[in-house]
Amino acid sequence: MADFVAPPSRSRDLDKLLLRTGNLVGSNFEPGAELRDDLQEYARILVVGAGGLGCELLKDLALSGFKNIDVIDMDRIEVTNLNRQFLFRVEDVGKPKAEVAAKRVMERVSGVNIVPHFCRIEDKEIPFYNDFNIIVLGLDSIEARSYINSVACSFLEYDSDDKPREETIKPMVDGGTEGFKGHARVIMPGVTPCFECTIWLFPPQVKFPLCTLAETPRTAAHCIEYAHLIKWDEVHSGKAFDPDDPEHMKWVYDEAIKRAELFGIPGVTYSLTQGVVKNIIPAIASTNAIISAACALETLKIASGCSKTLANYLTYNGVAGLHIKVTEFVKDKDCLVCGPGVLIELDASVTLEKFINLLEDHPKLLLSKASVSHRGKNLYMQAPPVLEEMTRSNLSLPLYELMDKVAKDTIHVTGTTSKDGKKTSCLRKLRVVFKAIDGVTDMDTAGGA
Amino acid sequence: MAEPKIKYDRQLRIWGEQGQAALEKASICLLNCGPTGSETLKNLVLGGIGSITVIDGSKVVLGDLGNNFMLDESCVGESKAKSVCAFLQELNDAVKAKFIEEYPETLIKTNPSFFSQFTLVVATQLVEDSMVKLDKICREANVILIFARSYGLTGLVRISVKEHTVIESKPDHFLDDLRLNNPWPELRKFAETIDINVQDPVAHKHTPYVVVLLKVAEEWAKSHQGSLPSTREEKREFKELLKSKTIAFDEDNYKEAVEASFKVFSSRGISQDLQQIIDDSQAEVSSSSSNYWVMVAALKDFIASEGCAEAPLDGSIPDMTSSTEHYVNLQKIYQAKAEADFLSIEQRVRNILKKLGREPDSISKATIKSFCRNARKLKVCRYRLIEDEFSNPSITELQKYLTDEDYSVAVGFYILLRAADRFAANYNCFPGEFEGPLDEDISRLKTTAVGVLSDLGCNGLTVTEDLINEMCRFGAAELHAVAAFIGGIASQEVIKLITKQFVPMSGTFIFNGIDHKSQLLSL
Repeated sequence: MADFVAPPSRSRDLDKLLLRTGNLVGSNFEPGAELRDDLQEYARILVVGAGGLGCELLKDLALSGFKNIDVIDMDRIEVTNLNRQFLFRVEDVGKPKAEVAAKRVMERVSGVNIVPHFCRIEDKEIPFYNDFNIIVLGLDSIEARSYINSVACSFLEYDSDDKPREETIKPMVDGGTEGFKGHARVIMPGVTPCFECTIWLFPPQVKFPLCTLAETPRTAAHCIEYAHLIKWDEVHSGKAFDPDDPEHMKWVYDEAIKRAELFGIPGVTYSLTQGVVKNIIPAIASTNAIISAACALETLKIASGCSKTLANYLTYNGVAGLHIKVTEFVKDKDCLVCGPGVLIELDASVTLEKFINLLEDHPKLLLSKASVSHRGKNLYMQAPPVLEEMTRSNLSLPLYELMDKVAKDTIHVTGTTSKDGKKTSCLRKLRVVFKAIDGVTDMDTAGGA
Repeated sequence: MAEPKIKYDRQLRIWGEQGQAALEKASICLLNCGPTGSETLKNLVLGGIGSITVIDGSKVVLGDLGNNFMLDESCVGESKAKSVCAFLQELNDAVKAKFIEEYPETLIKTNPSFFSQFTLVVATQLVEDSMVKLDKICREANVILIFARSYGLTGLVRISVKEHTVIESKPDHFLDDLRLNNPWPELRKFAETIDINVQDPVAHKHTPYVVVLLKVAEEWAKSHQGSLPSTREEKREFKELLKSKTIAFDEDNYKEAVEASFKVFSSRGISQDLQQIIDDSQAEVSSSSSNYWVMVAALKDFIASEGCAEAPLDGSIPDMTSSTEHYVNLQKIYQAKAEADFLSIEQRVRNILKKLGREPDSISKATIKSFCRNARKLKVCRYRLIEDEFSNPSITELQKYLTDEDYSVAVGFYILLRAADRFAANYNCFPGEFEGPLDEDISRLKTTAVGVLSDLGCNGLTVTEDLINEMCRFGAAELHAVAAFIGGIASQEVIKLITKQFVPMSGTFIFNGIDHKSQLLSL
């Protein structure tokens, strides 16, 4: 407070980075008080997930010059969150994470506005996500990442040379941790690989063969999965197993113990039972702090240009020593999600209903229960019932007419697709071209993407 | 489960109850509670560290609210140590939290014995001169020390302790010890009881690959004057021989056997890493040797005189396609051998303790057992005094990093952090710390950096103009995101040092917040 040269300012430290010129900076960097004020006033950031990473991200972003933040999370606070999700206290258990996290950060960092959304990410209309400048992901599931990625990529438009239009690029910053390991990455759809381009980085979980569980169990996990996947259904005809019901968990544990004793297999504990059944990923505060900090720093750099951005994937491993590595992955030029869109060639007479059926059998899409929209207009919606009823009459109309007789255009479809036997929500961008319409006669088969 | 156990469930799955108990016993001292220090402690308090003592002599000013989450409006004008301590206490009431309103530099100068009461000291935002002094104090008192510093888009983390020994290093991937290249008599005998050419297809495809490999290796040895496959051609033939034993296309056990056949060919004996540990001069034990080195001495004797120059067997086997019965029996054979090796090591440990005039039972059975189970994964970490690194770093390493395209930025920051401290000692402020044009500071910092490099004997090497400019632009700012990153790294290392699990980082970690090509420098 005794500094007479510069008036005391809350952004004392951040100002050095935002107000001074630099040589190792982004091409969009225009240092000055205006940049700082614009970040505060206009930049809108969405944080997806208010868990271990989300809590850290909200704090880090609020102290990195951002004042307009939204956070979305469908979960409620549990006791096991308290070892790392530092915005929550014992008395908060049971309350929605997004709401408590937003409130706590606003209490401590004055001037910051955080809007919580206590719901599933799929519950939000797609345009909701377009309101943000940057989407930051603090998630622990591949499906959720994949969904947000497909949404962000759906905003991407390509020009006639198949170059991404810069103003339609929705940057994402994604973090993930497991124990002493984690990753942070920057996704610029159309420019750097999207989540789907490098989906191989997340191999599907290995499952035990059912015959091993049923006939030749050897490990404690085999006994637990037998009780969970086979015995439960045998005994509780029709009643679904609920991993969050302690009585259900206890039952599985007791059955696993019995089976282990029968076969002379050691090692079944209650803790292991929970770990196997719920596929618990160990998590600690420090790894979340490291990864979130890297994500928040990259978010600040993307928004301000105050330094170079990460290109494009950082891994941290603290198990044996300290290993931080940056890898520059490349885009999959045929990516269904961030590419220009799957090309579909249709007769002008094809009805919307037939089109929807066609998506289900399309080898690249395998998209069932599709809802279709064109330039923001809902052509057919599977849900909610009101919208379904309102759009049902479109089903019998030719798609060409519903698309205002445009010979070639992009449409968006949402629905479910199945991958590795698991159904997931997804959003796909399609380029529809109508056959025998003047001007596009040079288009041939519908195979290319 | 009791509530603390549920609360810590996700971390107990990593470091177990023993690790947790070690954390709960530890007392940590934090020097300076800006965001770097506060964030380091936050991560430890959440995990249930025993006690914290926060030391900072400054009062909270408005600028502190912009980078430190532990402080809010009500703290302005108050002691920073007191305010940060109060917030940290709110995070976990099981932690004993206290503060001392005092500048760390004063304590270092006037009360060096103060630090000996702690398990570990986290020293943040110290300049070179204080780092060197504190390091000597802690080394003398055998207190673990971690330096952490955030500075604009760079920073450093450095551990300093004479020696840190690890039994449970818990590596991600570690080759199991099945002794297929060197089976002991009981394992051979067990394999003899199983007919791998059994006609029943169900039994055939449920013969564990361990047995398959042992039998086929024996068959091979018989036709090759008792030796195992060693050339590439022989290895290929061995795999063909394995495949010829299959009687159906879906025999997973044979696929596993082919994949694991390298375990038959691999060389016997212990790894170079372990050899280095048993050759360490500390393995010549004296009455003041730590329990770790007493056990290493026992291990050394065991390897020399028993166990065919092998480490004690850890006794665990991976899951493999097998009937339950074969698998459980196999497990028992491995466990019995591990138990016998343990007893043999235990006997040696007791004898050594007796010879050293110490209580023979002063090392618990559980500790020796854990030592045996992890014998192949032992680690020893040693750290130079920071003064030695500063005055006499490895020149070859410095040159290597300075000329490497990817990592010249990180090592450039290392030089510039040192230059910034020298700058501060000369001019009473950090380069670019105050408002106004940076030109003068830039040229001063450049001259200072050249001086640092020449004092290190790196004449001719330079730090780029761009980086010098950046360093002045940073003006010693402590950015929250950088502080959270550095604090996160520091707390992670604290956890490894306190739990004595996993392996702490070696060398000096330099954060590169520009493109994240950070680097560990072995200087």
